[in-house]
Amino acid sequence: MSRITERFALLREQGRKALIPYITAGDPKPQVTVPLMHALVAAGADILELGVPFSDPMADGPVIQKACERALAEGTSLLDVLAMVAEFRRDDQETPVILMGYLNPIEILGYQNFAQQAAVHGVDGLLTVDMPPEEAAPLVVACEEQGLDRIFLLAPTSSPKRIEQICALGSGFIYYVSLKGVTGASTLDVDDVSLHVANIRRHTSMPVGVGFGIRDAPSAAQIASIADAVVVGSALVKRIEQYQDSPEAIPEEVSALLRTMREAIDAAKNI
Amino acid sequence: MPDEKGHFGPYGGRFIAETLMEPIEELRQAYERYRDDPDFQAELESDLAHYVGRPTPLYFAQRWSEQLGGARIFLKREDLSHTGAHKINNTVGQALLAKRMGKTRLIAETGAGQHGVATATVAARLGLECVVYMGSEDIERQAPNVYRMRLLGAEVVPVTSGSRTLKDALNEAMRDWVAHVDNTFYVIGTVAGPHPYPVMVRDFQAVIGREARTQILAQLGALPHALVACVGGGSNAIGLFHPFCKDEQVALYGVEAAGLGLETGQHAASLCAGKPGVLHGNRTYLVENSHGQIMDTHSISAGLDYPGVGPEHAWLKDTGRATYVAISDEEALAAFHALTRIEGIIPALESSHALAYAMHLAPTLAPEQGIIVNLSGRGDKDINTVAKIEGISL
Repeated sequence: MSRITERFALLREQGRKALIPYITAGDPKPQVTVPLMHALVAAGADILELGVPFSDPMADGPVIQKACERALAEGTSLLDVLAMVAEFRRDDQETPVILMGYLNPIEILGYQNFAQQAAVHGVDGLLTVDMPPEEAAPLVVACEEQGLDRIFLLAPTSSPKRIEQICALGSGFIYYVSLKGVTGASTLDVDDVSLHVANIRRHTSMPVGVGFGIRDAPSAAQIASIADAVVVGSALVKRIEQYQDSPEAIPEEVSALLRTMREAIDAAKNI
Repeated sequence: MPDEKGHFGPYGGRFIAETLMEPIEELRQAYERYRDDPDFQAELESDLAHYVGRPTPLYFAQRWSEQLGGARIFLKREDLSHTGAHKINNTVGQALLAKRMGKTRLIAETGAGQHGVATATVAARLGLECVVYMGSEDIERQAPNVYRMRLLGAEVVPVTSGSRTLKDALNEAMRDWVAHVDNTFYVIGTVAGPHPYPVMVRDFQAVIGREARTQILAQLGALPHALVACVGGGSNAIGLFHPFCKDEQVALYGVEAAGLGLETGQHAASLCAGKPGVLHGNRTYLVENSHGQIMDTHSISAGLDYPGVGPEHAWLKDTGRATYVAISDEEALAAFHALTRIEGIIPALESSHALAYAMHLAPTLAPEQGIIVNLSGRGDKDINTVAKIEGISL
């Protein structure tokens, strides 16, 4: 059983929902990332989603795009991101780490080489935004061979046929994109998300996470009442941006924000 | 032809976010349905004849050919089509498709502004809303075209991220499309992007090569020795090449922007100096660094200043059917002046790259041989750029 699957099993036993923070690795400086990862875990993160910076993050909004630009200005490469995960693993063997990003940096390394190195460095899963199932087979095979989970996105526009296909191909959990738009967009229609999540559950027994558009504690709590996992990205990255000139304050400031979401999610469960 | 998922060998395909997969499939189905539909084709042909002004002439540049010594050079005059470049062939086609799909809003990305102007033009004519994304650096370089788009009723949105040029405009247009997939048709301006764009845009541009083939047989009495066209994304080149692909004796030359020189890293020559990778919805050759990050490119011509290229060109390169070369800013400028002074035709800086390569090629050939150079656009939009280089303020 993968570290991600184990984590969801444990949460289910406890009757809790997963909180998955996203940060861009290397933003605003590479030395911030590992301390920030530990701080997020201490604040209640169940799984960490680590963004691999890319020069052209087409599916992300301006907040995450700027984070990528900051990380790239510091020279953060995919190999550096893998090294950060290895460093994180020295003190934390439990918390699953997912890499999220775009295909091209992985293409350059080669799929097998990438999957091998990712596994060795302690990565648990991979989400590539610009690789739909139609093109995924070679990378999926490489990840399977190394025991890495393949996390796929489903969107409001996904047809029943695609939902079935993607659920069959993915592992770990399914990531539902809660709106038509890029990361950090503002409108979140909870009833609509609820319908779609229920529909996805008809096709898979995998946990369903929801991301895009979750900006604060109340929206996190609302989504937690529907989904198995809540993914928060732009709201945290915006906080990082606010403190880019005093990076030493970032782990505390960002994890404080995450803690409010954790508390709201756990409180909602008890209502 | 590519396979059913849009692959030309290992290139092409669909590398986009899940939200766009259904809309792109809807587009593919619509295109498949209408590409052979007699009513659609009749309307397209009528628009090309009466609105765009086709067929465009194939002009024998006699004085220029004589001065160079060697092959006879013919210019396919896309600069004479409505809005001043080949881009209109494609936007007319895509806009007719958008109308049939019930879309009310067109979006586009543009570098030199020619595709933006062409999209704004067809949007005005069909009464559709139009938003054009353009890098803020390109907005500065191409002020007349920006004003033209605004006159036509389009909203021009400056893109300030990344290198502030065409690739960033493309990212921004993709983001818009993700957010407005219900009513919006994304008019891509070149033979790149997710399937079916590379095939669809090629088909709309192939009118260039079909006409040129008929015209050269009539005027020269034979097929040409070579075709020469500039390649940024590569739509004018594919449009010219495609109807000649099976004529193995016709050499195909695609001319990329060497900018300040391939060795300087300041260029936009993805085929001559790049590596295969994935960007903007397709696998193709890219100008990228050793970590897979897309590099900033440079060309004197905003229309060629793009780090990728259409996937069919990538395949034509690998299979050896076409040859790709690169021409520097300086050589392109020299060709710009040569054609202007010798033939009385001011070419676009994009096309000047193709003209410059023809200047190398023609003297190596015999007078009975013919070369067709695609004059993809006119140079009016570039006179500020050229004047500035020469220290003249207009």
